[in-house]
Amino acid sequence: MKKSEKIAGNVANYVDERTGAAKWLKKNLTKVFPDHWSFMLGEVALYSFIILLLSGTFLTFWFDPSQRDVVYNGSYTPLADVKMSAAYASALHISFDVRGGLLMRQIHHWAALLFMAAMIAHLMRIFFTGAFRKPREANWLIGVGLVTLGIVEGFLGYSLPDDLLSGTGIRIAEAILQAIPVVGSYLAFFAFGGAFPGHVFIPRIYTVHVLLLPGIFLALITVHLMLVWYQKHTQYPGPGRTEKNVVGYPLMPVYMAKAGGFFFIVFGVTALLGAVASINPIWLYGPYTPGQISAGSQPDFYMGWLDGLVRMSPPLETHALGHTISWNILIPGLIVPGILFTGMALYPFIESWMTGDKREHHLLDRPRNNPNRTALGAMSIAFMLVILINGGNDLIATHFHLTINQIMWFTRIAVFVVPPIVFVITKRLCLSLQRADREIVLHGRETGRLVMMPNGEFIEVHEELSPEKKFTLTQHEQPQALEVPATDRGGVRNPQGLKGRVRARMSQAHVEQVPAPSESEAKALEGGHH
Amino acid sequence: MSNEISKFQDPGLPVHQHRKSDHDPKAEKRAEQQVAILFLLSAISTVGTVASYIFIKPGKFVFLPVMGDVEAQQLFLGLGLAFSLLFIGFGAVQWARRLMPDEEVIAERHEFRSEDADRKDFVDTVKERAGTVGLGRRSLIKRSLGLALGLVGLTPLVMLRDLGPLPRKQLETTSWAAGTRLVTDPGDRPLRPEDLEVGSVAQVLPALAQGEERTLENIGKDAVLLIRLRPEEFQLDAKRLSWTHDGIIAFSKICSHMGCAVALYEQQTKHLLCPCHQSTFDVTRAAKVIFGPAARPLPQLAITVDAEGYLVAQQGFTEPIGPSFWERSS
Repeated sequence: MKKSEKIAGNVANYVDERTGAAKWLKKNLTKVFPDHWSFMLGEVALYSFIILLLSGTFLTFWFDPSQRDVVYNGSYTPLADVKMSAAYASALHISFDVRGGLLMRQIHHWAALLFMAAMIAHLMRIFFTGAFRKPREANWLIGVGLVTLGIVEGFLGYSLPDDLLSGTGIRIAEAILQAIPVVGSYLAFFAFGGAFPGHVFIPRIYTVHVLLLPGIFLALITVHLMLVWYQKHTQYPGPGRTEKNVVGYPLMPVYMAKAGGFFFIVFGVTALLGAVASINPIWLYGPYTPGQISAGSQPDFYMGWLDGLVRMSPPLETHALGHTISWNILIPGLIVPGILFTGMALYPFIESWMTGDKREHHLLDRPRNNPNRTALGAMSIAFMLVILINGGNDLIATHFHLTINQIMWFTRIAVFVVPPIVFVITKRLCLSLQRADREIVLHGRETGRLVMMPNGEFIEVHEELSPEKKFTLTQHEQPQALEVPATDRGGVRNPQGLKGRVRARMSQAHVEQVPAPSESEAKALEGGHH
Repeated sequence: MSNEISKFQDPGLPVHQHRKSDHDPKAEKRAEQQVAILFLLSAISTVGTVASYIFIKPGKFVFLPVMGDVEAQQLFLGLGLAFSLLFIGFGAVQWARRLMPDEEVIAERHEFRSEDADRKDFVDTVKERAGTVGLGRRSLIKRSLGLALGLVGLTPLVMLRDLGPLPRKQLETTSWAAGTRLVTDPGDRPLRPEDLEVGSVAQVLPALAQGEERTLENIGKDAVLLIRLRPEEFQLDAKRLSWTHDGIIAFSKICSHMGCAVALYEQQTKHLLCPCHQSTFDVTRAAKVIFGPAARPLPQLAITVDAEGYLVAQQGFTEPIGPSFWERSS
């Protein structure tokens, strides 16, 4: 027996005699995970979270989350002798007087952007492939929670340095709090310990940013991964892949090496970005004062859509009975985002209600095979992009020599017009892709090879697909619309009439499909023509 | 053609294709060397990182195309760190791809739903246990427990009360009062009308009494923009015109939408623009909103000159400045 094997044996023995985990460990170390590039998106999010924990811990060693006044005397001379908060001064200290401090700040910021981008991409993958369906609804809810908290965490994070740009963001957050009917002014005064900006907000959000939210993240991510583990990963349809199996590579050694290696690659990429790509150069903005601002004030991209929504809002306020309601803040700042995120969270339940599908699903949908869902997703992305464009309207205006008014009016109209158009186009596109699949299964692949027949006729040779490919393109279900009778058997009007009709209509839209070709059709064609 | 529709059959997993390194010892050796080289490159990068930390002096800049001037120490620290991490990653992935088993394996999956007997057993157990507690019968306990649990959540809410004071009139008041001098920000110098040329803008704050310190909370409410136009350019009613002095008009600089500083003045069009959400105010018409989400004009500060010829406020603001809030009456 080799020495290493002996050591491994001893370790296994030590663990098992104290936990009895041998069977469990064997089962889990050989656990099978399917392989696909799109399954790495969630991994990227997980790894950037770990990078955030590591780089963030480094930053806390020097950052002073305090709003007491100090006079700057560090090595960045343009701000010498300027009065500022200790938070801003210590952020400058990290950037200029701690070796590798700026690098860590930039890695932290890039990792935060990557965290959000990866979570959003992961969420889209889950949505478009139907991975949220039973039994994974709970994990979808956790995911929506993580994205929502990620936005808050990111906002608090870039607010901490207390520079002019981030202070402006906090001012806007305060205005949103203040706009809440009845309790708004109280909430604002409680959050800020008095009038804005006060001296307590930075230390308070620091606790939330480094302790409270990361703790919640850690808990949610743990449950998220445990569910993935326990329920086993979904897989894309294909030969040999069924609802009853998982086809892939075992955790040990392939996935340990791949996932472990991938963590280092993600960390390496954020380090590379942190090294060469400057981000959030707070020293250029100066310390925060409510009387000043810089042109082109922009939040990070995951807040940009919200800012764009606020920008495009019409100037509506109600003054009545000695009170004011700011619709121009409440609608874009709280109501629309609330509807969007609630709708997103509830989608798995809405879809299951309208299709009546209560079965377990472990095989993913190819997005084209569920045109209605794909179109809905594309429509939501279009909506987000339109409002995100308006969030950068000032920068777009200066870059493309347009006026802000033109962009604002374009997006104000586009936000209602573009999403429905995108819905219709996407749905048509999906159906066309299904038709193309059908065509290629029944008639084979065009080879581009022209052959002259003895009678002088030219034909293009079609090559038959492999059985694997044919199966992949035709395995999807052909769902039937729900039938909801308007009257019951006795001819009495169905008490659920309207609800039922809505459901039937939605289900009808949802099942719109091009029939998948069958083997019988293919056989029938074989005899005749191409 | 029969009416029976038969789907295409699942041909099962395709036959496994072996890699070159699976059967060719030379290829296997090569792959092994590749992995080792990648890990060695990482080790070298770490040496480079440590060397950059010790030997590169802070404050030196190198030029990177597109990125511009970059601080040399941060750059080389970052590059060293990046490559030391990337090469570990590349090595591990290469190892997995070329040398570790690449045959797909199949694991069974079972429906989560338990057997009917087990489910019934579970429900029965719960019912039985609940029965022994008698929760259904003891409604007094149930209700009082509900009350207690409902109320216990109040404690943390109540204890958060001391996070801050009540707003009282703080959102509605500023430091401006009749006779307060307008002083420059920064500099705190009092201003005479002749200090402002036609077309110019100045940010002012209320003069401080002796020994008073200016806080950010004050600036957040008191910041005022002075703009000087030719008097005939105003389109104001008599009252608002009387609030100006010799073409000089004063507005709260705090946006009536969300409280940003309304800092962009377009001299040609005489518009004030807030950089946060692009609300645009027309200076000639008492800061009327002409574009964007703001619903109210910027509050105007009535100004005049005192006996010594310095600009002063005729009175405080006649309405709350800044973003709206529930208690605001107009």
